[in-house]
Amino acid sequence: MAILDFFRSDKKKAASVAKERLQIIVAHERSTLRHSGPDYLPDLQRDILAVIRKYVEVDQDAVNIQLDNRGDDLSVLELNVTLPEEK
Amino acid sequence: MARIIVVTSGKGGVGKTTSSAAIGTGLALQGKKTVIVDFDIGLRNLDLIMGVERRVVYDFVNVINGEANLNQALIKDKRVDGLFILPASQTRDKDALTLDGVEKVLDELSEQFDYIICDSPAGIEQGALMALYFADEAIVVTNPEVSSVRDSDRILGILASKSRRAEKGLDPVKENLLLTRYNPSRVERGDMLSVEDVKEILAIPLLGVIPESQAVLKASNLGEPVVLDEQSDAGQAYLDAISRLEGNEVDFRFLTEPKKGIFKRIFGG
Ligand SMILES: Nc1ncnc2c1ncn2[C@@H]1O[C@H](COP(=O)(O)OP(=O)(O)OP(=O)(O)O)[C@@H](O)[C@H]1O
Ligand SMILES: [Mg+2]
Repeated sequence: MAILDFFRSDKKKAASVAKERLQIIVAHERSTLRHSGPDYLPDLQRDILAVIRKYVEVDQDAVNIQLDNRGDDLSVLELNVTLPEEK
Repeated sequence: MARIIVVTSGKGGVGKTTSSAAIGTGLALQGKKTVIVDFDIGLRNLDLIMGVERRVVYDFVNVINGEANLNQALIKDKRVDGLFILPASQTRDKDALTLDGVEKVLDELSEQFDYIICDSPAGIEQGALMALYFADEAIVVTNPEVSSVRDSDRILGILASKSRRAEKGLDPVKENLLLTRYNPSRVERGDMLSVEDVKEILAIPLLGVIPESQAVLKASNLGEPVVLDEQSDAGQAYLDAISRLEGNEVDFRFLTEPKKGIFKRIFGG
C-alpha cells in the first residue's frame, strides 16, 4: 500500500479533485438557485455573463451578483466579475 | 399525529427505495406503526423491494380518485407487525397526484400511524415535489459521487423553498444526510469522496452511512428489506440510522476497511 502510494503521489487523488469541483459548483448554484431576492436575479446574472463572454472567455461562475437591502429605500446591486489573467 | 418523512435525492438510482423499505421496516420492528408510501407513479418498485407485488389491488391514485378507500389500498406486511405499504399506481399520467389529493390521504394516514415514509421518485418534477411537500423531515440519500452530491444540494434548496413548511413560514423541514453505497477501501485509496468530504459540502447532520453491500441485491431478489437480514453490514447500518432517527446517539460503524491479511494488503484487492 505504502509503496503504491509513493508512485501515485504526483497525481492528485480523484477524491480530492471531486471535492474541489463540488465545492465550486455547489457554491455557485447556491448563490444562483437558492438566492433570496427578486426572481429575475438569476436571469439577470445569466444575461450579464453572456455579454461579458462576447469579449472575454470566462467561466460560468465568473459573475457573481447580489442584491443587498440597506435600510428602507436603498438596495445595492453588487456585481463581481472575475476576469482571467492577461496572457 | 404522524411524523412525515420524505426519502429523496434528486438523482436516480442512489438507494431511495432500498432505504425507504429498510427504514420503514426497521421503525415497525421498534414497535412504531409505520406506512411506506410509494410516490413513484408509473414506475412503482417499492412493492417488489417489500415482496408484496402480488398483493397489490388498489393503489395511491385509486384512493385519491375515490375509486377505493384507504384500507382497501393499504397492504399489511406479513412479517412485521404494524407495517403497511401504500403502492403507487402504474398509470402513465404523471399528474395523477394532486396536492389536495395527497394532503387528504396523508391526513387520513396521519390519524392511524406514527411514521409516514414517503419514497420519492428521482428528479425535481411534480412527483418529487409532491413527495416532499408535506414532509416534516427529509432523509437525503446521497452516494459519494459528484453528481449525486450536487443533486442532493439542489434538493436541499427545494426543501428550503418549495415545501409546505417553507411556504407557510413554519419551522423548516428537518434535514438528514444518509450516505449510501459507501466503499471504505476506495475512500482509503483516495478514489472516493469520504463521509467528511460530503458532510462538509452539504453541511447537514449525518443520519447514517450504509456500506456498499452484497446484502442489498440479495434482499431485493428475495423481496425482504435488508434490515431483516440482521447479520448483514447494510442491515445493521440501517438499524443504527433508525436508532439515530429516534434520537439516540449511536457510534458510526462500517466507515473503515475491514482488516485484511498481509498478502492482500501488499498485492491489493
Ligand atoms: N448499499 C448498497 N449496496 C449495494 N447496492 C445498493 C445499495 N443501495 C442500493 N443499491 C442498489 O442500487 C440500485 C438502486 O437502488 P434503489 O432502487 O433503492 O434506488 P432509488 O433511488 O430508489 O432509484 P429510483 O431513483 O429509480 O427510484 C439497486 O440495484 C440497489 O440494489
Ligand atoms: Mg425508487
